[in-house]
Amino acid sequence: MAETRYTKDHEYIRVDGDTGTVGITDFAQSQLGDVVFVELPAVGKTVAKGDEAAVVESVKAASELYAPVSGEVVEVNGALTDAPATVNEDPKGHGWFLKLKLKDPSELQGLMTEDQYNDYVANL
Amino acid sequence: MLNRQGRPTAAADASGSGRATFTGNRALLQSEALLFEIGRLDTTGVDIDEPEPFTPRLGGLERKGDIGLPGLSEPEAMRHYVRLSQQNYGIDTGLFPLGSCTMKHNPRLNERVARLPGFADVHPLQPVSTVQGALEAMDQLGRWLLELTGMEAVALSPKAGAHGELCGMMAIKAAIEAKGEGATRKVVLVPESAHGTNPATAALIGFEVKAVPAREDGTVDVESVRAMAGPDVAAIMLTNPNTLGLFERDIVDIARILHAAGAYFYCDGANFNAIVGKARPGDLGVDAMHINLHKTFSTPHGGGGPGSGPVVLSPRLAPFAPLPFLTREGGTLGLVEMARDHAGERPFGRLTAFHGQMGMFVRALAYMLSHGADGMKQASEDAVLNANYVRACLSDLLSLPFGDRPCMHEVLFDDTWLKGTGVTTLDFAKAMIDEGYHPMTVYFPLVVHGAMLVEPTESESRASLDLFIATLRDLALSATSGDTERFTGAPYLAPRRRLDETRAARSPVLRWTPPEPVSEAAE
Amino acid sequence: MRYLPLSDADRGAMLARIGVDSIDALFADIPAEMRLDGLVDLPRRKGEMEVERLLARMAGRNLTAGAAPFFVGAGAYRHHVPATVDHLIQRSEFLTSYTPYQPEIAQGTLQYLYEFQTQVAALTGMEVANASMYDGSTACGEAVLMAHRVTRRRKAVLSGGLHPHYAEVVRTLSRMASDDVVTLAPDVTASEDLLASIDDSVSCVVVQTPDVFGNLRDLTAIGEKCRAHGALLVAVFTEAVSLGLVTPPGAMGADIVVGEGQSIGNALNFGGPYVGLFAARAKHVRQMPGRLCGETVDAEGRRGFVLTLSTREQHIRRDKATSNICTNSGLCSLAFTIHMTLLGQAGLKRLARVNHANAVKLADMLAGVPGVDVLNATFFNEFTLRLRRPAAEVVEALAGKGVLAGVPYSRLDPGAGLDDLLLVASTEINTDDDRAALVAGLKEVL
Repeated sequence: MAETRYTKDHEYIRVDGDTGTVGITDFAQSQLGDVVFVELPAVGKTVAKGDEAAVVESVKAASELYAPVSGEVVEVNGALTDAPATVNEDPKGHGWFLKLKLKDPSELQGLMTEDQYNDYVANL
Repeated sequence: MLNRQGRPTAAADASGSGRATFTGNRALLQSEALLFEIGRLDTTGVDIDEPEPFTPRLGGLERKGDIGLPGLSEPEAMRHYVRLSQQNYGIDTGLFPLGSCTMKHNPRLNERVARLPGFADVHPLQPVSTVQGALEAMDQLGRWLLELTGMEAVALSPKAGAHGELCGMMAIKAAIEAKGEGATRKVVLVPESAHGTNPATAALIGFEVKAVPAREDGTVDVESVRAMAGPDVAAIMLTNPNTLGLFERDIVDIARILHAAGAYFYCDGANFNAIVGKARPGDLGVDAMHINLHKTFSTPHGGGGPGSGPVVLSPRLAPFAPLPFLTREGGTLGLVEMARDHAGERPFGRLTAFHGQMGMFVRALAYMLSHGADGMKQASEDAVLNANYVRACLSDLLSLPFGDRPCMHEVLFDDTWLKGTGVTTLDFAKAMIDEGYHPMTVYFPLVVHGAMLVEPTESESRASLDLFIATLRDLALSATSGDTERFTGAPYLAPRRRLDETRAARSPVLRWTPPEPVSEAAE
Repeated sequence: MRYLPLSDADRGAMLARIGVDSIDALFADIPAEMRLDGLVDLPRRKGEMEVERLLARMAGRNLTAGAAPFFVGAGAYRHHVPATVDHLIQRSEFLTSYTPYQPEIAQGTLQYLYEFQTQVAALTGMEVANASMYDGSTACGEAVLMAHRVTRRRKAVLSGGLHPHYAEVVRTLSRMASDDVVTLAPDVTASEDLLASIDDSVSCVVVQTPDVFGNLRDLTAIGEKCRAHGALLVAVFTEAVSLGLVTPPGAMGADIVVGEGQSIGNALNFGGPYVGLFAARAKHVRQMPGRLCGETVDAEGRRGFVLTLSTREQHIRRDKATSNICTNSGLCSLAFTIHMTLLGQAGLKRLARVNHANAVKLADMLAGVPGVDVLNATFFNEFTLRLRRPAAEVVEALAGKGVLAGVPYSRLDPGAGLDDLLLVASTEINTDDDRAALVAGLKEVL
């Protein structure tokens, strides 16, 4: 069963085995407004927890997506390049950004659970 | 991760633009097709005779086929551009309170003298013996700038404010390297309220940008500067008066702290217009500052340029001024264009071809000569007076993020007062358009939510300000009393309603392309 | 003061409304010891007539291009600019408007920028162009930085035919950013081996055509080798009129094309303001510097234009921006686009042919002058002479006779040991009398 964890920077990571699917939360997409462009990393790139892994742009803002945990990029969602609106329409589904092969699954423990994240957002 | 500005970017709903016409024109406001839709490839508006037959020396590199550049006859061209111009708002149209941009009156005398053939029809590489008057104009402009700023040397060549920043920061980098500290001094301190050009400039030449926090009152926290100023710091980049419209009251201490730490003080001079004749950056401890001739000294903004950004330098940085620079021997002016072996000169390089924005130099010099020492001081005082008048007359309705205290040449409001109205800063700005005003600067500086930065400049009369204030009061009361549609759909009366910026950015169309031919066989 | 509408009575009433008793109370944040009490040591205000007289006197001390047989080029060219251009760019709504941040009331600026971008793309044979840079030399510097971003390499190779000022701008930027630059030796006859310098470490090769010596260069082979090694070909021009007659860089494999647009629509102005042209392949558009104008629709579905892809720029991206550039050359790009619209391709091609014809005529005449060698096999409207005396002396002597003969190469590149080279440009403004005066003058002083 996949488990989803969250960061304070509004990224999610849905873990399945040793791989995690990373994207931005519904709250994040609503705050960003219409996404117009997504810059994705190269497959094979290794990132440390907290590194800039991708960039998401709305008309008036460019924001970084930080790696929630360390790992190697094993797949990116190339469909976003032509259809960036998917990030707004389905952030946790088809709007995912990249898949990471986890380096140290214990890093997940430092992230928020869904309930914790919902509380966090409610108090922003 | 978040868009803290909360700026809506989608187009508003259509409604209420009044009676439709068959043409889409509205009396004096004529819509105008693209040049590529009305021009013809075989038309020209310039009469030139074909040359006599001759043997070309192109070595086979002759361009073949259509270039794709349609032409218009002279009357057609005239109408095309006049109609386009009528879809623009300029300072001559009305009050243009764009904060940080200093949209002051552009005297036409300046346009006239810049077009004198002795300035406009002179080549930058003519023998210097044939351009002594042009060099004299540059020299005199430089002297005025040095006197007004209390600095040691001036680099005239930077082409705009951001280019001037690059010049100043390069001089700082060169000075640091000359001291053998290039490898260690890598950090540039930049307040969060800074113009985006500041961090962009520092990063461009390899500095690491660190943010300096502000205090409750919006000015730089001098204690933080003290704590951060170590052997790794190259410089601070500070706008003064800052982008919140406030004079950095601890500026002298900040300069001393940085100098004691072996670092330099770069001042972004975008807002110098507030203090011309009132204080001199050199006295305050500034090492380098660019001056936007197109702001402080009224050269026209021209729809986004050309600018001009001369940089004044302290004695510590003067030897590193870039090429070219002026020299004087007796009554003759010279121009040093390439590095030479000369005591005391260590130019860091060259920023641009030739010598800078001469056309802007002449305009700025005409402005300075017209105002004189007394007029420029009065202009600064009037600019500050006008901004404070606007503040005083609106502070009961609009919210001031840093309290109701005197500002310099511009006054900053935030959107706290709009909370719960359903009207955003952007909506409010767009409603101003319908009332005949260019909006103020919105969503800048970033440190304030829903920022509205108003800079009336000294060019406005009291009557003009009173009308502007009354309009903003009417709009403000309308916004807080539930008349949201006036704002969320605005502008209703401009040549265009709100434009879909999302669409423009998602699939960029950056040039005209011929329409696909219609296939007659299509079913 | 004629530019200041407030009266003393206004000022007093406004101070009272603000609630302070003097203007100095509003400047209280300036440390008291730093406040200037009196006036700075500069002259007092002057009337319009006086200012005009002072500046006219300065202007009068210059030898204007229009008053002499004129053959000076090397990056700025004297062409006839139609009267319509200068009239239109002085319309208030163009002259006194700002960067089009409020597109609903700036469609005039935005539409001409869109037309300008389209014209520049067509002229250079490229897919997209931006809304202009400061000038050709800074556009060249930005092109190198862009190539570094695209290729993720940091080494540029500069042709020996690149204008020395342009090369110095690139070297200055690169030195400051700790990037590598290789500059080839001055290449008077376009015979350098650029191909040998292209390898997998190179980000871009920067080649000018027509080059600073006037030679035309076929860039095709360089473009091919660049592609094979993952490098970009940056093509540079300083004479935009040449593109009416000469194969454009876009048709020779260039990835980025930059140049000086001054010679269309803009006066010499002693070096500025000018207008930098910047075009590229569409796939690199997100790495381009500067403003871009794009088409969209308004809330009623009507076509309109906005500045777009702004997230590349400094006001949003800050230290991660593609460039620190903020202004473009708005009014100069307007002058360019109006002149180009008046010309159309029909007029541009003819203008270019007249330029070339005049230059050919002049080169043939000069070739017959003793002590003069014309060095170019190919050229557009500018070529290089080898003189039997230092060119700087010759130019100075001819200036004394009221002839502006050209640019000594040594002025641009003093250390190159090429003191005998003179760059001579001839545009449509030159008459038979001008040519005769130059030939006669050279015969006298050589």
